[in-house]
Amino acid sequence: MARALAVLRSFLPFLIGLPILYGLQLFLGSWSPAMALIAVTMGVNVVLAVSLNVVNGFTGQFSLGHAGFMAVGAYTAAKITIALNGLVLPGLGYALTQQAVFAIALAAGMLTAAIAGFLVGMPSLRLRGDYLAIVTLGFGEIIRSIIENMKFLGQATGLSGLPARTNVMWAGISAIATIVMARRLAVSTQGRALFAIREDEIAAEAMGVDTTGYKVRAFVISAAYAGLAGALISHAISLATPRMFTFIRSIEVVVMVVLGGLGSITGSIVAACTLTVALEALRQFQAYRMVVYALLLIILMLTRPQGLFGTRELWDLPLFRKLARRPPELTGPEGASPTEVRDDSTSAGGAA
Amino acid sequence: MTAPLEANKVTMRFGGLKALSEFTLVMQPGELVGLIGPNGAGKTTAFNAITGVYVPTEGEVKVGGVRVNDEKPHQICTRGVARTFQNIRLFKQLTALDNVRIACHAGAKSGFVDSLFLTAHHRSEEARILARAEEYLEVMGLSHRRYEVAKNLPYGEQRRLEIARALATGPKVLCLDEPAAGMNASEKTDLMRLVRSIRDKFGLAILIIEHDMRVVMGISERLLVLDHGITIAEGKPEAVRKNPKVIEAYLGDAYLEEKHMAVPPQEASK
Amino acid sequence: MTEFLQHFVNGLSVGTIYALIALGYTMVYGVLKLINFAHGDVYMVGAFSGYYLAQVLGVRSPYEPNPPSGLETFVNASLVTMGAMIICALLGFAIERFAYRPLRQRPRLTSLITAIGISFLLEYGFQLAPVIRRPIQFPPGPSPRFFPTLLERVPYEFLGVNTSNYDLIGLGVAFALMLGLQWIVYRTRFGTAMRAVSFDPPVAGLMGIPVNRIISGTFMLGSGLAAAAGIINAVSRPKIDPLFGLIPGLKAFVAAVLGGIGSVPGAMVGGLVLGSAEEFVAGYTDSSYRDAIAFTVLILVLLVRPTGIFGRVTAEKV
Repeated sequence: MARALAVLRSFLPFLIGLPILYGLQLFLGSWSPAMALIAVTMGVNVVLAVSLNVVNGFTGQFSLGHAGFMAVGAYTAAKITIALNGLVLPGLGYALTQQAVFAIALAAGMLTAAIAGFLVGMPSLRLRGDYLAIVTLGFGEIIRSIIENMKFLGQATGLSGLPARTNVMWAGISAIATIVMARRLAVSTQGRALFAIREDEIAAEAMGVDTTGYKVRAFVISAAYAGLAGALISHAISLATPRMFTFIRSIEVVVMVVLGGLGSITGSIVAACTLTVALEALRQFQAYRMVVYALLLIILMLTRPQGLFGTRELWDLPLFRKLARRPPELTGPEGASPTEVRDDSTSAGGAA
Repeated sequence: MTAPLEANKVTMRFGGLKALSEFTLVMQPGELVGLIGPNGAGKTTAFNAITGVYVPTEGEVKVGGVRVNDEKPHQICTRGVARTFQNIRLFKQLTALDNVRIACHAGAKSGFVDSLFLTAHHRSEEARILARAEEYLEVMGLSHRRYEVAKNLPYGEQRRLEIARALATGPKVLCLDEPAAGMNASEKTDLMRLVRSIRDKFGLAILIIEHDMRVVMGISERLLVLDHGITIAEGKPEAVRKNPKVIEAYLGDAYLEEKHMAVPPQEASK
Repeated sequence: MTEFLQHFVNGLSVGTIYALIALGYTMVYGVLKLINFAHGDVYMVGAFSGYYLAQVLGVRSPYEPNPPSGLETFVNASLVTMGAMIICALLGFAIERFAYRPLRQRPRLTSLITAIGISFLLEYGFQLAPVIRRPIQFPPGPSPRFFPTLLERVPYEFLGVNTSNYDLIGLGVAFALMLGLQWIVYRTRFGTAMRAVSFDPPVAGLMGIPVNRIISGTFMLGSGLAAAAGIINAVSRPKIDPLFGLIPGLKAFVAAVLGGIGSVPGAMVGGLVLGSAEEFVAGYTDSSYRDAIAFTVLILVLLVRPTGIFGRVTAEKV
């Protein structure tokens, strides 16, 4: 009985979220499909920002290849949904079968993206700082060029006509899943190990933390969720093309994470939502979008490099702590984010 | 009983520079050994070679009888060798409690899956780690600082926190790199007393690098003296302090001559 | 054999462009330990500066009915090149002064993100529709422009290899610049100061070196070289657009890493090696893999020998 309760407790956020999202979906669906799409995009961006935060914020590694993993997830899921589009399982009916197919497609997308994350992470995570950034950028582009050259994946034109299965509920559940994942990670042993790696990798190693192993694992988890995001977005617009997943996309996610604050889950959520809305509002100024992005980055780094929230979380405010009756030590790290504090490392990169 | 830590003729070469020559040390369980020598003598290099930060150019390092030359620092740590750093390397943005909890992790068996699904195993591990961390903070007198961010702690407490953290890995050998640096005389005495009580309470072997001869004389059962990477003396503190080579290394020939203790050139190379 | 030589000559031609750009990356990394993401775009600005200067100077094409004299051609070409170099040197100075210098005490991550921001600012800023229209249309907008012909192309052939005066002059200018840089770095006080700063900035400062000025100077040098590369390249390949600096910039970065980032001779060697490798692979296999060569080289270098050919292995003091 206790175990059943424990399992139930671990799924609590979803149980609460489902009805809320369902209501939201009905409301938005009937009011304005355009708004529904914005909500979906918001959810996807939350998944992207929070998952990237696990690597860039928690572990302090600078990855610029997130879009590559999005692509892997997107194409994998697309292949499955296209192949099984007409499937009807006896007793379930078409709609329910297709929902199940979509769920499987999403899971498959996460799995292949995770594998890609492993393949990229294993060799790359021995490198420091700037070098890791460049290598992940390179790998992201290599993934994209591979896709662009494969007939099986539609080459440059990509795959179209994907069944549009993503709706507010799927995007919302995914966002909740990502947030829950990040949050639980942050307060766990493994999460503390990641923070230790960010703070001082050499000391972490000396204290028994397998730094490379942890970095790779964080990378793989992050890649899996990026794959989820990719699968979701391509099934929202019925399209998966290489041009959707360039390193510009990676940079956009980096902007969200840095804006929100590297290491702050709340920050990533807020930044993702804000930027999604801002982008929509600025739609007529499409040409200026990247210029604004660029200026935003520069000004942010010059004036407030820790972003909106630094490493602090909304739920660490005393008010919320009292509500949850949580003592202060069971929270994530406080203090300055990696972009705020003076960094003493002087090595020029290369393996440790 | 196998020695918890053994270094056999460990040599470290960096390009043309021989930082450590044939460093040999066999630690007995529960022993308190001091490693002294002037600046740049190679003491921290020896630490780094022992703990896996450097791969020994020559020689062998054994922990609990197992050769660990090619192992990574975290593996050597799990085998039972913990250390502190000359320039404090705490996890600055994390609380004192978290600093210690991370070290408790060494050997923790729960994985990512447990943490993500909040399994019972995860929760019991967390409770166990929390309890252990609290215990080590208590031993080092830092319980009242548990929620304080490490970088905000006063210097002396930071040093003690580093020791608490190293202790939390559950080592058989604790290597302290200048744990009393920057402290005044009375603080140093207190710290050394604390170090001895840790040894007594946890039954560890402790290897201390110290600059301050008086401090390390007081608590070491055995001393090794390094100069320019070479072990110039080894033995009980009383004998070592009178060794002319040691005095020369620290104070130079002029002092020796003044005290009529200068060693003639032929004898010095023995 | 002829084919081999042809690829070799082409490789040199392409390689010197990469080398000139790579020098900027490597010098800046040497003194600031920063990868200046925006450097490739400085190359682009250099090409456009030359383009605008040529318009302002009223450079006439040698193929027109009233072609300019040899002297006029020489003067124009020199003015355009040197003008572009000066403009980019100033740009480099401004970028360092206003975007990187305030962040020098911060972790490198912050500067890296800022560098990305500057890169985007240049790329997308140049793609905006023209704001001023006389005497030049600036910004140029996303459509490609064509760099004016500064001098008449004279093809040459030797040992079965096709080349032209463009290639030879380009090579000549590039080598002259690289020799000049070698002289600056190894035979002037500025160069010695630069090398001191790249070893240990605070100590260099304590020794009386004006670190800020040296860093500014380094940026200006690197940017000037990138501009020269932009002009040399634009003479042979006149189509320029705001995004065209991206790929060469990335490849030049790979060249710098290959040669050992922070090493001046490394950047030169790396550039030539990468250029040749690119030409040979593209020539003997499928040329659509051209761009992939650079990425592959990068990943190989970073995984096998991250410090590059001439790089020093620095260990972090524990």
